[in-house]
Amino acid sequence: MTESPPPVVQMRGISLAFPGVKALQDVDFRLFPGEVHALMGENGAGKSTLIKTLTGVHRPDSGQVSLAGADVAFSSPGEAQHAGISTVYQEVNLCANLTVAENILLGREPRRFGGVDFSAMRKRAAEVLARIGVHIDPASSLGEHPIAVQQLVAIARAIAVDCRVLVLDEPTSSLDAGEVAELFRIMRVLRDEGVAILFVSHFLDQVYEISDRMTVLRNGTLVGEHLTAEVDRRTLIAQMIGRDLGALEAIEDAAEKRKTGGPVLVQASGLGRKGAIEPFDLEIRAGEVVGLAGLLGSGRTELARLLFGADRADSGKVLVDGAPLRLRGPRSAIAAGIAFSSEDRKGEGLVADLSIRDNLVLAMQAARGWTRPLSRRTKDQLVEKYLKALDIRPANPDALVRTLSGGNQQKVLLARWLVTEPRLLILDEPTRGIDIGAKAQIQQLVTALAAEGTAVLFISAELEEVVRIADRIVVLRDRRKIAELDGSVTGVDEVVELIAGGAAPEPEKVVS
Amino acid sequence: MTALAQRVPSRFLPVLATVVLFVLAFGVGSARYDGFASGQVVANLFIDNAFLIVLAAGMTFVILSGGIDLSVGSVVALSTMVTASGLQAGWPVPLVIVAVLLIGSTLGLLMGLVIHKFDIQPFIVTLAGMFLARGLCFLISVESVSIKDKTFRAVATAAIELPGGVTITYNVVIALLVVAAAMYVLHRTRFGRTVYAVGGNESSALLMGLPTTRVKVGVYVISGLCSSLAGLLFSLYMLSGYGLHAVGMELDAIAAVVIGGTLLAGGVGYVLGGLAGVLVLGTIQTLISFQGTLSSWWTKIVIGVLLLVFIAVQRTMVRR
Repeated sequence: MTESPPPVVQMRGISLAFPGVKALQDVDFRLFPGEVHALMGENGAGKSTLIKTLTGVHRPDSGQVSLAGADVAFSSPGEAQHAGISTVYQEVNLCANLTVAENILLGREPRRFGGVDFSAMRKRAAEVLARIGVHIDPASSLGEHPIAVQQLVAIARAIAVDCRVLVLDEPTSSLDAGEVAELFRIMRVLRDEGVAILFVSHFLDQVYEISDRMTVLRNGTLVGEHLTAEVDRRTLIAQMIGRDLGALEAIEDAAEKRKTGGPVLVQASGLGRKGAIEPFDLEIRAGEVVGLAGLLGSGRTELARLLFGADRADSGKVLVDGAPLRLRGPRSAIAAGIAFSSEDRKGEGLVADLSIRDNLVLAMQAARGWTRPLSRRTKDQLVEKYLKALDIRPANPDALVRTLSGGNQQKVLLARWLVTEPRLLILDEPTRGIDIGAKAQIQQLVTALAAEGTAVLFISAELEEVVRIADRIVVLRDRRKIAELDGSVTGVDEVVELIAGGAAPEPEKVVS
Repeated sequence: MTALAQRVPSRFLPVLATVVLFVLAFGVGSARYDGFASGQVVANLFIDNAFLIVLAAGMTFVILSGGIDLSVGSVVALSTMVTASGLQAGWPVPLVIVAVLLIGSTLGLLMGLVIHKFDIQPFIVTLAGMFLARGLCFLISVESVSIKDKTFRAVATAAIELPGGVTITYNVVIALLVVAAAMYVLHRTRFGRTVYAVGGNESSALLMGLPTTRVKVGVYVISGLCSSLAGLLFSLYMLSGYGLHAVGMELDAIAAVVIGGTLLAGGVGYVLGGLAGVLVLGTIQTLISFQGTLSSWWTKIVIGVLLLVFIAVQRTMVRR
C-alpha cells in the first residue's frame, strides 16, 4: 500500500447530529482504490452513521464528501449508487416478495420494447450469481431462501453494476465459516480489480484477515487511521473502547468470590414440550447465574420460553419458592417475578419512537399498576439511576431509542426489565451483535445483580462468555439437557466436547 | 390438490382460489336457474361492472404499493357530475373527457404528494380527498343532471355484436383495455416492479436506490386517472351525473381487489385478481337477482363474509 494513487473517497470534517445525539463530530476519512478498509469502533461509535453519510442516506450537517476528486452531495442512495457506491447492509435490505433475479437487478433491469425483459434478466442474474459462486434459481422468490443466501444475493446486487466503492456493513454476521471464506475470496477478487472496499465487522479475526487499512472511531470522533499490519489487537481494542481490558478480567474474580448458597427460587421438574425441548429438570437458586450452553437450535431459547410461560409446556411443572406455579402465559410468570429479555431486541419490549425515559417509565408504571401513578421526581431519579448504572450512551433520557446503537438499545431493554425488580431474570443472547465494551458492562451488571440476590438464567452462543460468568452451566444438545457443570471449575474445552459429543444417546449425567 | 400446489408457485394460489370460486358460483347458478348459463349473462357481468373493473385495476396499484385509496367512489361521482354538467353547458365530448381525466389525475397527484411530503397515512389523506370530491359534486349541483348529448347517448347505447348473438357495450371494451394496460405496466415495466418492491419493503426499496417517491406518488395518480375514467364509464352506464352516485363504491373496489388475492399489506397480488374479484361480486349479485325473493342487500352480506374468509386465508398463507 504505497501512497501513490489518490483516494477515491475523501470525507473531511463530517459532523452530523440526531435529536439528542451528536452522531459524528468532525470526522475525516479516506478510502483508496484497491484496498479493503476496515471501519472499527464500538456500537454507537458512529460507524453506521458514517457509512450512511457516504451512501446518501443521511446528509452531513457540515463537512465535505468527495468522490474521485470531485465534491459530491448525494441526496439519496440511488444517486450514490449511480456514482458507483454500492452498499450491502447488515440486515438484508431486499424485497422478499420478489424473485432473486429482480432483487439483483431491480432498477436496472434489461428492457425490451419498453418493458422488462424477464428472460434476459434471469440470464444476467444467473451470471452475476455464478461470479460469486452461488447456485440458486434466479426465478425463485427471495423469501424462500435462508438469510445467509439472501445476504449473498445482496452482495450479488452490489456487484451487478460497475462499482468503484463497495460498502459492506457487517456482511458476515449471518454467514457460516465456509460462506465467510467465500465472501473473502470474492472481496479479494474485487479488490484486485481496483474496487475500494469498506468493511465493517465485529469479528477481529476477520478484520485482521481481510483488511489492509483501518479507521477507528469512538463516540462519533476519529481516533486513528492505521495500516492493519502495524497495529496489534490490544492497541486496537484500547483505541476502540478507550480503556483497558482489565474491566473484563475483573468479572471473573467477582464470579469466584460470590457464594451461591441461596435458597432454591425456581424449580422445574420434567418440564417439556413436544418438538421444542424434551422434559428436563432444572433448579435455579437466588443469587446464582445459570448459563445455558448449546448450539443454535439445541433448545436454548425454547427452554427459556417454557420457563417464562411464553410457550405452554405439555409435561412437568414449575415450582417457585416451593409452591407450584400455573404458567398460563407470560403474565403469570411476570407476576411471580420472572423476567425474560428476548433475543429479538426490536420486536420485544422497546418502543423505538419513544425516548429512553418514556420506555423506562412505561415498564415502571406497568409494574406498579395504573392506580398508583409515579411522581415526576421518582421517575427522574429512577431513570437517572439506570442511565448511570448501565452507562447508556448518550446519557440523555430524552434521546429516542430509535437513534441509539444496538448495544445501547440492549441496555435500555435490560433497564426496562430491571425496573420491575425481577427475582429471576432470563437473558437470551443479551450480548449478541454488541461490542466488547458494552459486553463487559452487561456481564458486570449480571454478576452485580446476582450478588444482590437475583437469579439469572444466561443464554449465549459464546461459550467463553457463559463459562466466565456462570456459576453453573447447563449443556443442551439436540433439544435435550445432557449435562450440568460447575461453572467455576469448567473450561470452554470441556463444554465444547459435551456439545460436540457422540451421536449415540447417552444417559443424562451430572458431570461435576 | 397437493400435486397442483407443488406445480403452481404459492404466490399464484390466492388468485387461482378466486377464479375457482367464480367458476363454482357460476356453476351453482347454472345448475339452479334456467338461462343462467348463457353467454349474455357473462357479458352482462362485464357490462354492469365495467366501471368497477377499472376502479379495481387502479386500486390494485395503490394496494400493491402498501397504500389505500378511499377517494375513488367520490371521484367517480365528481366525474359523472362534471361530464353531465359539461355536456349540458354545451362542451364538446372530447373536451369533457379530457377535463374529467385531468381532474381525476390531478386529485390523485395532490393526494400522493401530501402522503409523501408530509408522511401522512394514505387512509387519512384519501379520506380527506373523498370528502373533498363528494363536496365538489354538490358545488356543481345538488340535483341529478341527466345527459342528453346525442353523441354520448349513441356511444352509451351502442351494442357490439359478438359471435353467438352476445352483445357488449363500448364500456366493456374500454375496461378490458384498461386491465390489459394495467397488467403491462404492473408486470412488465420497471415502474410496475418498483411498485411491488415498495409494497414489499419500502425502506429496502429506498436503500436499493429505487425511485420510491415517483412510485408512491405515481400510484395515486394512476388510481385517480382510473377513477375518473371509471366515472366516464359510469356516466355512460347511468346517463346522468349526481353527487350521490357511487356512494361506497371505493369499498367495493377494495373488496374486489382483496378477494382477488392482493395482500392489503402490499407487495403481493395481480391485476387479474382484481378482475376475478369483480366477477365474483357480480356473479353473487346476479345469483341473488335470479333467486328473486332475496333483497339485494344480501349481496353485501355475502361480500362481507367472503372478504373475511379471504383475509383469514391470506393471513394463514403469509404465516406459513
